[in-house]
Amino acid sequence: MARPMTMTEKILAAHAGKTEVTPGENVWVDVDILMTHDVCGPGTIGIFKEKFGKDAKVWDNTRIPIIPDHYIFTAEDKCHRNIQILRDFVKEQGIKYYYDPDFLNTEAGSGMPNPYRDPNKTSYKGVCHKALPEEGHCRPGEIMLGTDSHTCTAGAFGQFSTGVGNTDAAFAMGTGKTWLKVPPTMKFTFHGDIPAYLTAKDLILAVIGRIGFSGATYKAMYFTGSGISSLTLEDRMTLTNMAIEAGGKNGICDVDEKTLEYVRARSNRPDWTVYTEDEGAEYDFEAEWDLGSFEPLVAAPHSPDNTKTARECSDVKLDRAYIGSCTGGKITDMIFAANILNGNQVKIPTFVVPGSTEVHSDMKRLGLNGEPVGPGDKCIEQILVDAGCMLGAASCAACLGGPQDTFGRLNEPMNCISTTNRNFPGRMGHKEAGVYLASPLTAAASALTGKVTDPREYVSEPIQTGTAGVC
Amino acid sequence: MGTTIRGKAYVLGDDIDTDQIIPAEFLSYNPSDPEERKYFGMYAMAGLPKGQLGLPAGDVRFVPEGEFKSEYTFVIGGKNFGCGSSREHAPLAIAEAGAQVVIAEFYARIFYRNCVNGGYLLPCESVERLVEKVKTGDELEVDIEAGTVTNHTQGETYQVKPLGDIKPIVDAGGVFAYAKANGMLSE
Repeated sequence: MARPMTMTEKILAAHAGKTEVTPGENVWVDVDILMTHDVCGPGTIGIFKEKFGKDAKVWDNTRIPIIPDHYIFTAEDKCHRNIQILRDFVKEQGIKYYYDPDFLNTEAGSGMPNPYRDPNKTSYKGVCHKALPEEGHCRPGEIMLGTDSHTCTAGAFGQFSTGVGNTDAAFAMGTGKTWLKVPPTMKFTFHGDIPAYLTAKDLILAVIGRIGFSGATYKAMYFTGSGISSLTLEDRMTLTNMAIEAGGKNGICDVDEKTLEYVRARSNRPDWTVYTEDEGAEYDFEAEWDLGSFEPLVAAPHSPDNTKTARECSDVKLDRAYIGSCTGGKITDMIFAANILNGNQVKIPTFVVPGSTEVHSDMKRLGLNGEPVGPGDKCIEQILVDAGCMLGAASCAACLGGPQDTFGRLNEPMNCISTTNRNFPGRMGHKEAGVYLASPLTAAASALTGKVTDPREYVSEPIQTGTAGVC
Repeated sequence: MGTTIRGKAYVLGDDIDTDQIIPAEFLSYNPSDPEERKYFGMYAMAGLPKGQLGLPAGDVRFVPEGEFKSEYTFVIGGKNFGCGSSREHAPLAIAEAGAQVVIAEFYARIFYRNCVNGGYLLPCESVERLVEKVKTGDELEVDIEAGTVTNHTQGETYQVKPLGDIKPIVDAGGVFAYAKANGMLSE
């Protein structure tokens, strides 16, 4: 009998054609999905053509989703040019899953594009890590590579997913293969149901605070327990999304009925395998938490492991709030924020950026309880706008700073509370800006007071999200 | 890559992330375009905050303003060098500026992998912490086979760890060359 293995080990073994693998072992594996976007796509395509030849064909044009998302809403010509490189490549290769910003004119001098008018009527999706599961590219048991460090998000669906550079992506683009060192697994167990004042963001900030932001370097981070089962798929994505913020190679969650329901409703392929952790699998590290013992957290400047309770930072004056990104721009994040902002007015400029056009569409369709709005009820978008928030179009936007004209970018020294994932110096724009990473609940509560604010002052009853972000 | 490399050192601290190495606003340049690629050299280390540019002084630019090339061959870092995004532009920018070697206590894995698979930089792991021992401008010489770094300015010698599993890929000059040499890709 093979040695007891973790999910990560089993997935890598299966894709290497082996019955077992051991942490530390290097294996060549078959890749199921390779994702790229507008920032790393042009470089990847360049290496692909240089190494395989200008007439080379990709290994499988149904397994390479290309999702422009980073630099869409900018007047910078080079960014538009990069979209044209993707368009040309998609046409040449017959790439099946490409999500074009169809409102964008790539001619030089075309200026800031006018966003989609209706999020339901565009081929554009927005942030790749949100669009990947929405469009059915995430499945249990598979291996996904993406030219973005937050590719680890897809581990919420019980798969192995990790970020790679252009060279690795170009190699996989031509061969369908990559080499991986089998990572040891760290196990994080959460007991109990998540309290109303917490989201998965608080959990992952606690994990990173505990192990440090290089504490999982080269390792798999496995999240389990009743506390994880109680989370929506979207909240599980928040956990796995930030595995990279502890240096993790991948983050992964168990597959349960919620996972299967999501994947069956979305996936465009039927052939996938559910793996489970073996009894007796070996862990490099184990930690357990009782969710009732948590309180809302922030990561203070300038590191995701600089964890403090929101209460400890209650005297920190803020200049801006930002709600968006793959980490904190999903529909459930918007519902969390809206439940606090409903009927109130923000005290500081508050930027809201949907993670995807589907999120944006759902913000128009759904109300405070995650159900479709009835006649006379306000939708999430209306609640946020009425509270004084500025709403942008779906994109990565200011999460990573980007071009100077990016919506919400911190162009001067200021303090910002943000539902994003990273707060290194300069991450959201200005090198001297201070970013406090927080949950959408904490960010919304802080937007109302202009200081870092514990959301328990605003929320007591559990917030219902209905079927938002699922069907 | 030869077995010894000699040149000047540029010293940084811990947790140097990819946004500090090459800020996101410069990622619209296409690294596959030879003219645009040069700009990654120009903006290498443009995200370092005040006081962190070339330790211990902290105000030494890696690349002189308006120029494409750095005078430094070595970048010395502490813990967790290259953390953050998966952008291959990071090792590419350091290499495009003319540096050849990074020596740090340990690396964030995607950066490390990009250095090796892309064949941009030799990522060495130091046995001891060098950030406080080496000063920006010191003349260093690494002997890869011997696993030693000589500091000609200070008259000291340091150890670096063996390359281990990745040595065949480093020796080949990147993952494509390695795969070709091993019959995994046709010539």
